[in-house]
Amino acid sequence: MFHADQVRPPYARLADWTQQMPDELRCLKQAEAEAFFRRIGITFAVYGEGGDPDRLIPFDMFPRVFTQAEWRKLERGVKQRARALNAFLVDIYGRGEIVRAGKIPAALVYRNAAYEKAAAGIVPPRGVYSHIVGIDIVRTGPDTFYVLEDNCRTPSGVSYMLENREIMMRLFPGLFRENRIEPIDSYSTLLRRTLASVAPEKCTSSDPVVVLLTPGHFNSAYYEHSFLADLMGIELVEGADLFVEGPFVWMRTTEGPKKVDVIYRRLDDAFIDPLCFRPDSMLGVPGLMDVYRSGGVAIASAPGAGVADDKAVYTYVPGMIRFYLGEEPVLQNVPTWQCAKSDDLRYVLDNLAELVVKEVHGSGGYGMLVGPKASRDQLASFAERLRADPGKYIAQPTLALSTTPTFVDQGIAPRHVDLRPFCLVGERIELVPGGLTRVALTEGSLVVNSSQGGGVKDTWVLAE
Amino acid sequence: MLSRTADHLFWIARYMERAETAARLLDVGARISLLPSAGAGFRSEWDSILQASGTAEGFARKYDDPVQRNIESYLFFDRDNPSSIASCITAARENGRIVRTALTSQVWDALNTAFQELRGLERLPRSQLEMSRLTDWTMRHTAMVRGAIDATQLRNDGYDFLNLGYLLERADSTARLMDVKYYVLLPQVDYVGTGLDTYQWSTLLRAMSAHRAFHWAYGGELTAAKIVHFLVLNRQCPRALLTAIAGVSDHLERLAVFYGSANATQTRAQAMVDELQALSIDAVFDEGLHNFLTRFIADVADLGGLIHECYLSGDVR
Repeated sequence: MFHADQVRPPYARLADWTQQMPDELRCLKQAEAEAFFRRIGITFAVYGEGGDPDRLIPFDMFPRVFTQAEWRKLERGVKQRARALNAFLVDIYGRGEIVRAGKIPAALVYRNAAYEKAAAGIVPPRGVYSHIVGIDIVRTGPDTFYVLEDNCRTPSGVSYMLENREIMMRLFPGLFRENRIEPIDSYSTLLRRTLASVAPEKCTSSDPVVVLLTPGHFNSAYYEHSFLADLMGIELVEGADLFVEGPFVWMRTTEGPKKVDVIYRRLDDAFIDPLCFRPDSMLGVPGLMDVYRSGGVAIASAPGAGVADDKAVYTYVPGMIRFYLGEEPVLQNVPTWQCAKSDDLRYVLDNLAELVVKEVHGSGGYGMLVGPKASRDQLASFAERLRADPGKYIAQPTLALSTTPTFVDQGIAPRHVDLRPFCLVGERIELVPGGLTRVALTEGSLVVNSSQGGGVKDTWVLAE
Repeated sequence: MLSRTADHLFWIARYMERAETAARLLDVGARISLLPSAGAGFRSEWDSILQASGTAEGFARKYDDPVQRNIESYLFFDRDNPSSIASCITAARENGRIVRTALTSQVWDALNTAFQELRGLERLPRSQLEMSRLTDWTMRHTAMVRGAIDATQLRNDGYDFLNLGYLLERADSTARLMDVKYYVLLPQVDYVGTGLDTYQWSTLLRAMSAHRAFHWAYGGELTAAKIVHFLVLNRQCPRALLTAIAGVSDHLERLAVFYGSANATQTRAQAMVDELQALSIDAVFDEGLHNFLTRFIADVADLGGLIHECYLSGDVR
C-alpha cells in the first residue's frame, strides 16, 4: 500500500475509508462477515488437525488492490504460462519434443511420480490437459512479480474469491460506488463454457452434460465443490453415482441412467479409476479411463496434468514458454535450487538459514522449512533429512514479499500476501480480473496457507 | 435428478419431522406426568413415551430408571440415540450440506441456523434449559425449515422427494403418538371413559397442536371414537393418517407425470389410501387400535422401502 511512505494512489480512497471507520463499527462489520460465512457454511476442515470441523478461514476486510496496468501485466503473464504448461503436457504425452531438444531432463519427466503412463499418446479435446490453472504469485517490488508455483490439477480457493467479493459488497456497498472495481461474477459462466467446450468426440449434443466429481462431503473443499456445481447448474456427483457401461459413463438418476460427457473432477488421478490406478479407491469410477481413452468422456483436468505443476519441473517453465511460444516470460520464476543436483544441494546446505526449503511433492505448506524462522535444532534436523533424500526437496531464497494493510487487534498493520488467479483454458483462454489473495496473519510470517493459519482478502482490479 | 440427491432430500425431511415428533412426545410425556399415575400398565408414563418412539431398548442400555430427566436428555440431547432431536437436526443438516445445490439458500439457512443454535444449546448447563423451552425451540425450527421449503423450493422432483419424506415420517409418527395412549392404559380397560382417560386423549391432541382444531371440527365432548376419527380419517387434520398417506400418493403421482412413467409405488400408495377411505372407526376399534396402528406402521415402512427401491437406490434401469 505504501511506497516511500506515501500511500500508493490505488489505496488512497481506502486510507480515508479506514480512518473514518471507528473501532466499534469495524468489530461489528467483522462479526457480520463471520456470521455470513458461517451461515452459508463456507468452512474449512484441516486434515489431521481434529478440532472444529466447521472452522472458518479468517477473512480480512481490507481489500487488496491492483491497478488496471498492473493487472494487464499479470493477465498476460498468467495466460502465457497456462498456454505453455498445456503445450508442455500435450508434448510430453506425445512426441516429447522438449525432451529431445534437451530442454528438460528425460528422467524428470518420464520418471516423475505424477507422469501417468496411462495417458501416454492421448491428446485430450482441444489439446487441453489443464483446464483450470491456478498460479501462485508474489510481489516483491512495484513492477516485480514472481511465480511461486503452478497448480495444474484441481486448484482450490475460487469459492473464496467469489464469496469474499460477495461479502465485501454486502458490508461496504459505498466502497463499490466510490471505487470502480472490475466485476468477477462471470467466473462460473466462463467455467461452464470452458468445460462444455472440451466435450469429447463422441458427444454429439450441442449441450454436453457436465458434472463435478467430488471425493464427498468429508473432503475439506466440499463446500467449494457444491458451491461451484450450484453456480454452474451442474450435478455434483460422487464416484458411486457414476458407472461405466459400453462406451460411455452414466450417472444414476431417479429416472434411470443419464450419459455424462464432461467430468470436472476434484479428485486426484490416483483415485479416479480403481481399475487403472489405486485398486483400493472407493472414490472413483471403475472403467473410467477406458472410456476416456476411447473418447467417450472428457476429464478436467486430464489425467496426468499433475506432472506440469511438479515443483522440480517448475524450474523449467520459463524454458517451456520460450520453447513452445517463442516468447519471453512475462512473470519471473523464483530462483530455485534443485537439491537433486549435487552442486545445488551443497549450496542449500551451506545457506540453509537464509532459504525456504519445500518438498517437491508437498502442498499446503506442510513439511517446509523457512530458514530465517527456524531454530538451530530445526535447521540441523532438516539438513539431515535433506542429505538422506535430496531429490525430495527444492530450495528458494526468502523473498521480500509485499505486504498489504490488514486489520489486526491493534488496528491496521502490514501483512504478507500472495495471489492465486484462476486461468480457464478451453476453446478460449479466460481470466477474470481478480483472484484469491491469501494473507499470513501472524506478524512477519511468510506462510499464507489456510492450513497454517492464513487468512483471505477480497482482491480488486480497478477499472480505468 | 441424481438418485443420491433425491435420497438426501428425502432424509432431510424425515429427520426434521422426526425431530418434531420427538419434541411432541416430550410434550405429551410432560403433561401426562402432571397427573397422578394410572398405576398399573407400564411402569410409568415416561416409559410409554420410550416404547412409542421405539427408543426403549437403547435407553435401557444406557440408563436404569426411566425418570423424567434421563428421558429428556435421551430424547433431546443424546447423540447415542439416533432419534434424539440433536441427532435428527444434525443428520438433517448434514444431508442438507451434501445436497446444498438442490436446496434454496433460505432452506439451507433454516437448516444451518437450527444446527448452529443447537450447538449453542448443547454448551449451556442443563439446569438452565427448561424442557418446554427446548420443545418450543424444536418446533419453531422445524416449522422454519418447512416454511422455507414451501415458500422457496422449486416445484420440481426434488420438492416431491422432500414432501414424500415429510409425509411418510408424519404418517409413522402420528401412528406412534396414538400408540402412546395404548401403552399408558394397557391393560386397564376400566379407565376408558374416565376423567383420566379424557385427559390423556386431550394431551395427545395438544401434542399434535390439534386441540383447538378438534373442537372446531367436532365440538362437544372428547370421546375416543371422535379423536381416533380425527387423527386417522379426517382429511382436515394435517396430521391424520389419511391426510399423510393421500399426500404421499399425490406426490408419487406428480413424479409419475413429471417422469412420464409410473411404477409400483403409485399403485401401493393408492391401495393404502383406498383402504383408509373405506375404513370405519368401528372397524378400527374392532381390530383393536394397537393392532391397527402396528399394521399401519408396517405398511408405511413397506411403502418407504418401495420408494427407496424405485427412485432412491440408483439401481433404476
